[in-house]
Amino acid sequence: MTQHIVRAYDEELGALSAKINQMGGIAEAMLTDAVDALARHDVSKARSVVERDGQLDALQHEIEELAVLIIAKRQPMANDLRHIMGTIRIASDIERIGDLMKNIAKRVTVMEDRFLGTRSLAGIQHMAHLVLGQVKAVLDSFAQKSADLARHVWLHDGEVDQLNNSLFRELLTYMMEDPRSITFSTHLLFIAKNIERAGDHATNIAETVYFIETGQQLSGPRPKGESSVFAVSAPGK
Amino acid sequence: MSFASPMIQEPASVPEPAVAAKVAARHVNVHYGEKHALKDVSVDIPARAVTSFIGPSGCGKSTFLRCINRMNDTIPICRVTGEITIDGKDIYDPRLDVVLLRARVGMVFQKPNPFPKSIYENVAYGPRLHGMAKNKTELDEIVVNSLKRASLFEEVKDRLNDPGTGLSGGQQQRLCIARAIAVSPEVILMDEPCSALDPIATAKIEELIDELRSNFTIVIVTHSMQQAARVSQRTAFFHLGSLVEEGSTEQIFTNPKDKRTQDYITGRFG
Repeated sequence: MTQHIVRAYDEELGALSAKINQMGGIAEAMLTDAVDALARHDVSKARSVVERDGQLDALQHEIEELAVLIIAKRQPMANDLRHIMGTIRIASDIERIGDLMKNIAKRVTVMEDRFLGTRSLAGIQHMAHLVLGQVKAVLDSFAQKSADLARHVWLHDGEVDQLNNSLFRELLTYMMEDPRSITFSTHLLFIAKNIERAGDHATNIAETVYFIETGQQLSGPRPKGESSVFAVSAPGK
Repeated sequence: MSFASPMIQEPASVPEPAVAAKVAARHVNVHYGEKHALKDVSVDIPARAVTSFIGPSGCGKSTFLRCINRMNDTIPICRVTGEITIDGKDIYDPRLDVVLLRARVGMVFQKPNPFPKSIYENVAYGPRLHGMAKNKTELDEIVVNSLKRASLFEEVKDRLNDPGTGLSGGQQQRLCIARAIAVSPEVILMDEPCSALDPIATAKIEELIDELRSNFTIVIVTHSMQQAARVSQRTAFFHLGSLVEEGSTEQIFTNPKDKRTQDYITGRFG
């Protein structure tokens, strides 16, 4: 992209993007560490995840303030305006991912570890791995200004949803077999749901990046695997 | 950007006949002596709407504006070719009375230029010249109505015989708009009407433009992108004598198709 006549304008837009990248880096690390803390039942790591959420909140506020300042100073148009508005939305999505990871970490600090080792954990780790890939890819698409990459992320959200469905069924089975596992399994259900929702935010970011780069909304059919709301929950049915 | 398609530059095309094109230009070229100032411009200007022309200095937007009421005729070395029609009638038809054309197509200039006469006479001049009023009462009515439609009457009603040049800049510009609308034009051309005005006077003119568009076809040349975005429904971007892109104002300012338009409106033109 050619540069602006006013160089300070480029610097301001660059600062916005840099803050998004910084937020993205923190959120990615929180996702990795939250699931790691769960797998190892590492409470101190979980606490560090909870603490990092504040950094995301602060960065989000900085982004909003800078965006408002740029709009007031420069009256941005076209792709610049889309970039600034998109940055505000992406910051909000990343901040939500941070909240979800904080929630996982908080659960880890109160969970008993005696049910650890169920296959469900492997499923959650696999889900987290996929979502982390989605988050990384979508942040790359933002940094590289790639509408194609954003669209790719947007199209590949289905696998996470399907994993969440199978985890849901699996955990229901455990709970029916052994009522003592209900508390633990419920935590895992919420954790899986949180990871799945983090994936949804990655999809939102993909839509925003696509809009920033093309001025068009992403539309059309998209593979959706989410059906846990319809899953059979009563035994014998 | 990896999506190449929105950036593909298509050859200057002739627009499809619009629903209510008031002014239609086809393959208009303007030469000032050797200089090719306007290159093959074809565009439709819809009735009862505001169309803004934007572009860097010397891009041909004012030249094109001045073609619409044949102001370029006054420049001896200027040669206009192509076709411009208003309501389907060729305005470069040799049988056409240029004075009557300019009554139908009024113009407001960058610097307010009231006649060195009273406020009343400034507005009454045109209607009197064109014999639009049978008597003093009718002329009074036209003057008061025009001043009212230009949102100036309340400010000057007690001093209609004071010189027009004694008004503030913004008032003078509204006086010029009142003078333009006094002869009941169909089209009003405005060449940077607010560039000499302060923000408050500018806001008043913009408000006025918005009111006038229910009755007039307005074409405005402006260097303020924000003004174009605020007041117009259609926007045309000119560059180096060519019409680069024309479309709904919303589309031009949020998602322009041509890279040159995008570079200009985002402040990237070197």
